[in-house]
Amino acid sequence: MTVNSTDEFRAELRDWLEANCPQEMRDGAMTEDGICWGGKNWVFTSDAQKLWLERCAAKGYTVPTWPVEYGGAGLSRDQEKVFHEEMGRINARTPLQSFGIWMLGPALLHFGSREQKLHYLPPIARGEIRWCQGYSEPGAGSDLANVQTRGEDKGDHWLINGQKIWTSYADKADWIFALMRTDREAPKHKGISFLLCDMEQPGVETRPIKMISGISPFCETFFTDAVIPKEQIVGEENKGWDVAKYLLTHEREMISGGGQGLGGGRALGAVLSDTMEDMGATLRADALRCEIDSLAIGLTLERYKDQSEAGQGAGDASAMLKYMGTELNKQRHELMMSAGGSDALEWDGPLGNRAGDWLRTKANSIEGGTSEVMLSIVSRRVLGLPA
Amino acid sequence: MTKLVMTEEETMLADMARGFLDGAAPVSKFREMRDVGQTFDRALWQEMADMGWAGVLVPEDAGGSDMGYAAANVIAQEMGKTLAVSPFISSAVIAATALRQVSDARAVEALGRIASGEATYALAVDEGIKFDPEATALQAKADGNGFRLNGKKQFVVDGALADRLLVLARTENGLTLFDIPADRAGVQRNASNMIDARDAARITFDDVEATGEDVLGAVDNAMQVLKPALQAGQAALAAEMTGLSAGAFDMTVGYLKERKQFGVEIGRFQALQHRAAHLWCEIEVTASAILNAGRMLDSDPEGAELAVSLAKARATDTAKLAVIEGVQMHGGIGMTDAYDMGFYMKRARVGAEWLGDYSYHAEKIAAARGF
Repeated sequence: MTVNSTDEFRAELRDWLEANCPQEMRDGAMTEDGICWGGKNWVFTSDAQKLWLERCAAKGYTVPTWPVEYGGAGLSRDQEKVFHEEMGRINARTPLQSFGIWMLGPALLHFGSREQKLHYLPPIARGEIRWCQGYSEPGAGSDLANVQTRGEDKGDHWLINGQKIWTSYADKADWIFALMRTDREAPKHKGISFLLCDMEQPGVETRPIKMISGISPFCETFFTDAVIPKEQIVGEENKGWDVAKYLLTHEREMISGGGQGLGGGRALGAVLSDTMEDMGATLRADALRCEIDSLAIGLTLERYKDQSEAGQGAGDASAMLKYMGTELNKQRHELMMSAGGSDALEWDGPLGNRAGDWLRTKANSIEGGTSEVMLSIVSRRVLGLPA
Repeated sequence: MTKLVMTEEETMLADMARGFLDGAAPVSKFREMRDVGQTFDRALWQEMADMGWAGVLVPEDAGGSDMGYAAANVIAQEMGKTLAVSPFISSAVIAATALRQVSDARAVEALGRIASGEATYALAVDEGIKFDPEATALQAKADGNGFRLNGKKQFVVDGALADRLLVLARTENGLTLFDIPADRAGVQRNASNMIDARDAARITFDDVEATGEDVLGAVDNAMQVLKPALQAGQAALAAEMTGLSAGAFDMTVGYLKERKQFGVEIGRFQALQHRAAHLWCEIEVTASAILNAGRMLDSDPEGAELAVSLAKARATDTAKLAVIEGVQMHGGIGMTDAYDMGFYMKRARVGAEWLGDYSYHAEKIAAARGF
């Protein structure tokens, strides 16, 4: 990518955004309410949200780096950077967010057959199908490979029985991608398959779990004689752990946070000053340290993306991004609570859902692998310390 | 668009530097120098100059290799790993960058002498216990066509043995940077007995004569020349400290794999594994800030202030953690003089203060980020 063609792309994009991004979508809303998740049952919060999604989907901008034939815009890494810079410049909302985009998409792009890609990816890109992830179970948390939900071979399909937990937004999702035990005799990592399941069938039920933040983003999902046709497998039978590991890497990079680099994103100092004109020396010092770490972690995310584009995948080092990013985010929200003082202590008080957001972040260092699991991955696989 | 990934040339440079330093300047070499009170090895510096390191920031037509700031950081980082002793940051980075801001024949000639290894420099800025160039009080009073310098400097790194000094002085309407030979009449140099066993000096200027020729850049406008030089030096120092962190870390992980207690390698204990893993994460994050600072200095030096301060702040913090954890995880042996970990700890502490400590750079970041 030469400088010229990046500049050309930027100019084109800028014009397109100017003409196509509705004013209401230029508030950069990062709150839960501002997010468009898509799916069969999605109710748009405004006409602008619908229009913005449709326009972006038509250009491939909901999944800018995916190939054009699968609903993306086929952007290079350099163009992607420009895309995010220009979106950020007008404070545009992300048109669509979903586990299909973040997780299933990358897994299918890597492991899926061509038919699977053509079948599953475009509806994700257009926001038509909403996916959720079925990994954890009551007995398979940090020890994820211990999943027991069973897929019994019935010739042309698997018969599924068991329970998943912490399935984010399962009650609102249309499909679930899940780890199922398809061989009970094999060692635990070698009897798992990565299956795609339509949730619109009698054998699948979901039950929301009320969390400390007061809301229920997570569910329990029960499978009772649910049916998954044999073609709905990603990768090979009993090799689902490879897909899961690949996906977890993506998840870790995603959870590690924005990747906004130096200069991007709103500075913590400014955010805190919204509620507190003079934050005092101690809070200021803590916030400044957090800001410094945040800038450096943002650069690290950029560096890993650049490296991966140059053919050096992050691999196990992505555990570092997840660990550092989530611990930082927890700290950031602690500081925002401090800066909010007693205004932050009311549900739906003067600062909106600040307390809920703060409580929500406590899961960051648990979901997708705990901080302790991440440190163990680094110490064993990166540093080569003995198990 | 710049990339936060090492180029092939940078990787080769790092490999080459590592190969050279492991042979010519391992930590054991530093120990020998420390034991006899030697703070500079001119032969070693000459070898570095012959490889193009002294001229890393000197334009090719002045006799340098002109590899850029990111490359200078790569070299500094490798030097940090083995605690190599050289005036690289003072001469090849700070002085060369200052001189490059000036295009006269005298500056070009001076750059050539840096690149060839013939002349070494030290930067005399600090007067109090903390880095604070704006507070400079050393006076350069106009006297006929020249100036007379009176005052004191301290913590002049490489200052006891450098051939030349860059001296920041207060003139009538601002600050002025002078480039003078270190043996000029009235310059009294006292070597400081530093904890890291490197060259630093307290220097007294007693009616030292300087001519207009000795002014680097414009009178009353030192920062035009000095600011880019300081930024380059801060970035290279941050890189050196990150190399130092990596060196201390490698020693520590090696020890965890080898030392046995309770019948097993202590690296099997999760308490130590997680400490080591956390430290690795911090070093990895700081390495990104170093790479970014080099890229910014090469592509947009005027916009590099935030990137440089971020690199120095993070590097200072990370090096502190690396040496504290290094000693702790080594246990008692880490406290002994016979073991090298203490060298890393002392160098990290000196590096923390030089060219602005964590607070200094954090405040720069605060200003840039709306605090």
